[in-house]
Amino acid sequence: MNQREKEQYLREYAILKSQGKPFFPYAVAKDSAMAAIVLVVIIVLSIVLGAEMGPKADPTTTTYVPRPEWYFFFLFELLRVIKPPQFVPLATIGVPTICMILLFLLPFYDRSPERRPERRPIATAAGIFTIAAMAFLTYLGASAGSPNEIDMKPPAGLKGAALGEWNRGKLVAAQSGCLACHKIGENGNDGPGPHLTNIGSVLPESAIAQTLRNPTAPMPSFQTLAETQPQKFQALVSFLGQLR
Amino acid sequence: MARLKLPVPPVPPALKPRPARPGTGNGRVGPLDQAAEAGITVVDWIDERTSLSGGLRWMLFRKVPKGTNWFYTLGSAAMFAFLSQAVTGVFLAMYYDPSPTHAYESIRYVTNEAFLGEFVRGMHKWGSTVMVILVFLHMGRTFFWGAYKYPRELNWVIGVVLLIMTMTMSFTGYLLPFDQRSYWATIVGVNINGTGPLIGPYLSDFLRAGPEFGATTLSRFYAIHMMLVPGLIAALIGAHLYLVAKLGTTAPPWIKAKPDERLTESEV
Repeated sequence: MNQREKEQYLREYAILKSQGKPFFPYAVAKDSAMAAIVLVVIIVLSIVLGAEMGPKADPTTTTYVPRPEWYFFFLFELLRVIKPPQFVPLATIGVPTICMILLFLLPFYDRSPERRPERRPIATAAGIFTIAAMAFLTYLGASAGSPNEIDMKPPAGLKGAALGEWNRGKLVAAQSGCLACHKIGENGNDGPGPHLTNIGSVLPESAIAQTLRNPTAPMPSFQTLAETQPQKFQALVSFLGQLR
Repeated sequence: MARLKLPVPPVPPALKPRPARPGTGNGRVGPLDQAAEAGITVVDWIDERTSLSGGLRWMLFRKVPKGTNWFYTLGSAAMFAFLSQAVTGVFLAMYYDPSPTHAYESIRYVTNEAFLGEFVRGMHKWGSTVMVILVFLHMGRTFFWGAYKYPRELNWVIGVVLLIMTMTMSFTGYLLPFDQRSYWATIVGVNINGTGPLIGPYLSDFLRAGPEFGATTLSRFYAIHMMLVPGLIAALIGAHLYLVAKLGTTAPPWIKAKPDERLTESEV
């Protein structure tokens, strides 16, 4: 906007304002009605949906799926959509940071005097695209299956104690919510973590244990599990080691 | 200019107070008259010392432009949701104990034992959802109607900060019940922060109060959630509102300004 356009806007706005109504009581009445609606909605949500509590936090087990509040789903899903590990930092912080900077600077790069949405096709399209993308990612996050079940058969030739160990390891992997980020066979989500279907042929067990103890962010560390419940940890490692 | 007229209460004429006839009183003001005027006297006393009435008049009796509709209530609705969060949050804070050993128990006490505890906690929990939705709707209205343009650029920037603050509130608040879900979601969330460029690792260390999730992490989240960020939000809402009152709310973009008929050229 140049000086002339600025002055024109201020002139037109002054006319519109002078033809308007006083804030009190006209706008205040609308605002109060809206506030009452908001309060009723919050109260109804509270009564109908309540505030349930999960089991107490326990750092020694990882038996719960890390699942954020629903309005963070789109950020969480961004991790899944962008798969290659070298791009994960881009997905986690890069894209949100860029979006934030674009949002902050919006009035400084969009300087045209036009305000009607249908005459600002780029801005309107970009806005609708952003909303659609966020809605789609939120939907993906909401409809993601429970990552606490692994449905697969033990490898042939596994008997006795080894089979028991394999089953225990499968249970630990399921309870730990590994499938929230990894794919094992037909189970789990395709990213942001790498596929674990053949991890046993890629990494020896010692390397798997090392990775579990000291993982690449954002994966949580299994160090506490290894210290407090070494059998469980060992079962997990041997289960993963047999995925070939 | 039309004056605001308060409607007269429907009192039968016989009961209406009659003004004293001229010449009947002795002109002195008795204590009864003073008591009748007490409210006005108190307000006068305060106004004489603070001059608040000018600011109040400026805030309340400014005009909102022609065409203002229900979409313009989204901002104040978001602020109301924040106030609701503040009030319910105060009541939750009366019971909450931000130590890893007692946090879960104190929330369990609020939910199951305290009078109306689950109701208030539910209001706080779902109020956050309502507030986030209202903030996004308010932002969408501002974006699509070009309301961030001259002269309101600064108010847009303050609004974006308020959006980030709102998201920070929900992120830090999510840990406080200290159940499995919140604990592990927060660990992953902090780890995600840590992968960010430049300040990422420092931010994670700051949030965790160290390189590992430890005993002081919870109290740190609590302090951020109930002192640091709410204070910032309240201050920024004040600045946001001041700018709104000073610059005026926008009119919908398709409303055209028609100059006063008496000022059109043919008649000038």
